[in-house]
Amino acid sequence: MIALLVRDLTLAIRAGGGFGLGLAFFLIVVVLVPFGVGPEGEILSAIAPGILWVGALLSCLLSLDRIFALDFEDGSLDLLATAPIPLEAVVAMKAVAHWLTTGLPLTLAAPVLGLLMNLDPAGYSWLVASLALGTPALSMIGAFGAALTVGLKRGGLLLSLLVLPLYVPTLIFGAETVGRGADGMATATPMLMLAGITLATLALLPFAAAAAIRINLR
Amino acid sequence: MMPELGKYAAAVLSSYGISLVLMIGLVVLSLMRGARVRRQLDEVEARRKADG
Amino acid sequence: MSLWEYANPQKFTRTASALLPYVGGLAALCLAVGLGWGFFLTPEAANFGSTVKIIYIHVPAALMAINAWLMMLVASLIWLVRRHHVSALAARAAAPIGLTMTLIALVTGAIWGEPMWGTYWAWDPRLTSFLILFLFYLGYIALWEAIENPDAAADLTSVLCLVGSVFAVLSRYAVNFWNQGLHQGASLSLDKEENVADVYYQPLLLCIAGFVLLFVALVLLRTRTEIRARRLKALIARERMG
Repeated sequence: MIALLVRDLTLAIRAGGGFGLGLAFFLIVVVLVPFGVGPEGEILSAIAPGILWVGALLSCLLSLDRIFALDFEDGSLDLLATAPIPLEAVVAMKAVAHWLTTGLPLTLAAPVLGLLMNLDPAGYSWLVASLALGTPALSMIGAFGAALTVGLKRGGLLLSLLVLPLYVPTLIFGAETVGRGADGMATATPMLMLAGITLATLALLPFAAAAAIRINLR
Repeated sequence: MMPELGKYAAAVLSSYGISLVLMIGLVVLSLMRGARVRRQLDEVEARRKADG
Repeated sequence: MSLWEYANPQKFTRTASALLPYVGGLAALCLAVGLGWGFFLTPEAANFGSTVKIIYIHVPAALMAINAWLMMLVASLIWLVRRHHVSALAARAAAPIGLTMTLIALVTGAIWGEPMWGTYWAWDPRLTSFLILFLFYLGYIALWEAIENPDAAADLTSVLCLVGSVFAVLSRYAVNFWNQGLHQGASLSLDKEENVADVYYQPLLLCIAGFVLLFVALVLLRTRTEIRARRLKALIARERMG
């Protein structure tokens, strides 16, 4: 399993798109927003939590279709499916690799972009904490969506349509945590809900995703 | 015949209108697709019979 | 005699064809009487004016929007457990009906909201949940359309339906947490039975019955179509082979 993780990571890094593209996209989204709504600091800090979370979510979406597509095309997914480790574990590892190449860099870069968005100083720690807690769920849900559409030739758009509604609870609780943190209110409830969603998706969705892959490989 | 709808006439009429159009549209589309599929299936079945 | 006999496509088609005129006729009757009663014969409500008449469409449509998804969930489970094709095709047949019902509920709600709340759209929990439900229906239908192999499509959409149901419920709670909206206030809500006087309640029941019957009739009709379409596809594939 570790070997699989390392393999996926090296592939992602060598292909180049992994770290760079998602981060650049995140940056562009956050830079574009002030052009749309105007440079007033108050408006920006009011919408900062939402924009940062939506931006992170969209950047996560960018690389989802590559989670299984390459392995499906060159046939290694068939090998992985018949390998001695369970397919559920393969899926989970794929999601972890996706998180390490997109979710983690996004989390680390978010404070810098928070600066651009005039985020309230009290919100920074909550921004990092909520992204660190929430982005694993985004990767896992995304892996499920990618598993559903892996056999399709033009699955990218469909993948977004399937995955984005599933992101709603994570987005709500994530942005709510940051917003409340920035306003100096109690953040325990949304934070716990966010953690609950992440843990539940990590525990259950690998089974659904593995089932979807088995169907697609049939 | 028409009930007195007062100042909300536009709201009531448009919601009844839109809903009826949507529902009738759904029924008509379902019927049309049903008829088309049935016709095609009959053709193929007849062809199969003719070929033995 | 058991329910599972109808898992046989031919038996289902025959029974559906026999039932359709009755169910369809009854649905048309209930809807005509219920909507006619509601539209022409009910008095204006004190604080809503004539907009009260919109509930005869809005409430049944919203009910069916949710129940259609529940029916799809049950049908998907039956397909996954017992592998009856009719069940999977019935789920597929129900999705566009649910989508239309959701759309009707959203549109009538928006039209009603404009004079009552002063806005067509508010990010109220119920409205938002319905919008999310609408997206779920779109995704489900799109996945059905995208996959060539009928069995794989049935399997994958069923898995999506199961996962989607969990997330739909989750979204409902998340949205509630996110914004305590306008809809819940008893003074604004006609959804609670105790708020509805008998004059409005009786035609409403009739309309709900009409919508349920319409849904059943459409599901029967569309499932029969799907069964035939599936057979057609198989026959054409066989002709190409031979």
